[in-house]
Amino acid sequence: MNTQTAQSVELPGGFAANPVIIKGEGAPVVYLHGPFGQEWDGFLDDLAAHHRVYAPAHAGAEETEDLEQLDGLSDLVIYYDDLFDRLGLEQVDLIGHSFGGMVAAEYAATFRDRVRKLVLIDAMGLWHDDAPVADHLLVSPEKLVKLLFNDPSKPEVKAKLAMPSEREAMNAAIVNRFGALASTSHFIHPIPERGLKRRLRRIKAETLVLWGAQDALVPPSYAAEFVALIPKARAEMIQKAGHVPQVEQRKVVSEHLERFLAR
Amino acid sequence: MKTIWFHMQGYRDLPDDFRDRYESIWVTPPNDELCHSPEVAKYLHWNLDELEMADDLGFDGLGLNEHHQNGYGFPISPNMIATVLARRKSNAALVILGNTLPLYNPPIRVAEEFALLDCLSGGRLVAGFPVGSPMDTTGCYGIPPTQVRPRYYEAHDLITQAWTRPGPFAFNGRFNKLRYVNPWPKPLQKPHPPIWLAGGGSVETWKFATDHDYTYSYLSFMGHKYAKVLMDGYWDSVEKAGMDDNPYRAGFAQLVVVADTDADAERIYLKHLRNFYSKSLYVAPHFAAVPGFMTKRSFEFQLSHRGASAFSFDFKPHEATWKQLVEDSRMVIGGSPDTVAAQIEEAVRNIRVGHLMVILQIQSMDPELTAYSSGLFAEKVLPKIKGIWDKEGYTDRWWPQGATRNQPQVARPAVKAANGEAKVQA
Repeated sequence: MNTQTAQSVELPGGFAANPVIIKGEGAPVVYLHGPFGQEWDGFLDDLAAHHRVYAPAHAGAEETEDLEQLDGLSDLVIYYDDLFDRLGLEQVDLIGHSFGGMVAAEYAATFRDRVRKLVLIDAMGLWHDDAPVADHLLVSPEKLVKLLFNDPSKPEVKAKLAMPSEREAMNAAIVNRFGALASTSHFIHPIPERGLKRRLRRIKAETLVLWGAQDALVPPSYAAEFVALIPKARAEMIQKAGHVPQVEQRKVVSEHLERFLAR
Repeated sequence: MKTIWFHMQGYRDLPDDFRDRYESIWVTPPNDELCHSPEVAKYLHWNLDELEMADDLGFDGLGLNEHHQNGYGFPISPNMIATVLARRKSNAALVILGNTLPLYNPPIRVAEEFALLDCLSGGRLVAGFPVGSPMDTTGCYGIPPTQVRPRYYEAHDLITQAWTRPGPFAFNGRFNKLRYVNPWPKPLQKPHPPIWLAGGGSVETWKFATDHDYTYSYLSFMGHKYAKVLMDGYWDSVEKAGMDDNPYRAGFAQLVVVADTDADAERIYLKHLRNFYSKSLYVAPHFAAVPGFMTKRSFEFQLSHRGASAFSFDFKPHEATWKQLVEDSRMVIGGSPDTVAAQIEEAVRNIRVGHLMVILQIQSMDPELTAYSSGLFAEKVLPKIKGIWDKEGYTDRWWPQGATRNQPQVARPAVKAANGEAKVQA
């Protein structure tokens, strides 16, 4: 749940301003969220202890009409390139989770020198018929929880799933989720694969692939393929974690990030 | 008023424990478990027999639509079925409501096939342009929900231009890049067949209807009491657009069952109605309400007005009583011919409808029962309802030029049928 204050960043091209959550001091790290909306989970606080962390909202999540001028991932990476310009970021460490991981990889393969280090957490973007990525959009809420989490009974997971009880705040949360799911599915529905496999070879950044060993949404077998296709990459499997290891195993993920991103 | 005999073309023999075994009637009901080709072969002939019967019985039009991967109705290609009907020597309208425009790539296919049907039928075609349900578009055909309406609007522009502009011309759309738009043939009706919109009550579609002076049909199975709020919304938008209150601007779908007496109707049809409402409308919410299918602003509006609906049902469809379905909720119009005629008049006046689509074949009903209900309707109900709106002097400007059945003799543009025969007044 986003309880942080966001800074409204104006963008060129007629797009709505992006509410970027910014926290901490140090070398810049950008976090691109997954399909369920802008978020600031505890691991970003851990990261902000030694870095300046930027967590933007996905393009079109605020204003779905923005999607009329975003016809694919190539338009989307240019959107983020504009955003980084506006934030005054020359070179960044880029972390992407899930759908955000797919975008981060596309960005790093396109703007090769602008990403110093790349972290992909349970990233979408690849597809094999024998390990299909599950559908996160057209699925019941009960089934989705099972797809996302290894142990939904953990307090961290319950806190992540909790909805505000007050009507107005709950409606706002539902609308945010609507905007996030609408704007991300715009690029990946019904199958989150758009040829990334052909472009991963171009990534110059040293890359860490983190994966929940029990991910039921994007099977863990994709970790090895990202490593095989990205020139300088290695993988760490996070035990007792599903699609969102940074929530289910915050400490482990934060330690990996701290070590990998250290200068 | 025009009465259109509408066939949903559903799967007639779904198992009784369907709801316990499957998550949804639409998108994912497994075909190998539920959809048996020999049964479908039988249904297809029954469907066509029933449509031809309705034509012979004198209904003003025959109605077809398009849906995919479901048991409620899987009329995957209404154009193919309509081709069979277009061959008949008839003066009934062929109301295709319609082709789901976002599903055709490129949509000139719709321009071509509708033009073919219009020529073959002697100008009897109604060209329905629905946006499509989330289940069909995003579920079955894999279109991102945010692209359904943009694709719809672009397809509409392409098709109407293909029918009205001299070909060849170039069309440079966002989704369709066509250097040579030049369909053979163009429709028989000029400038083109009447275009009807259909929907489930979205404000965007009402505005599109008034912007283009199209008719709007509300396709629901909930009856006129439930539809009242929505249809009032539509008529408000018509008024705000400065247009007249011609009831032919609106269409409505209605389940109807007719028997010799009210008691007979309950005895004969209740099980079919329960079957329909419990199985056919069993659509999983995650297929029906998909984020992005409407704009964020519309969604926000809908969310903040949640619970404002004037009408709700509190019964389980599979154990609903006749009283609940017919008398209290008015979801279904049913009973003796007199009862049915009176209820139809009340319904169409309540929501101001000129095009009534009657659903007389209700999923599990066999052809014999369908013929009984339809026959009584044609003989004893149609004569009582066909004059509705006549004395107010409204004319139907959205009826196909070649569909001359029950039409006034004067002021109809002459359309020569493709087979060279003059159209005969019924």
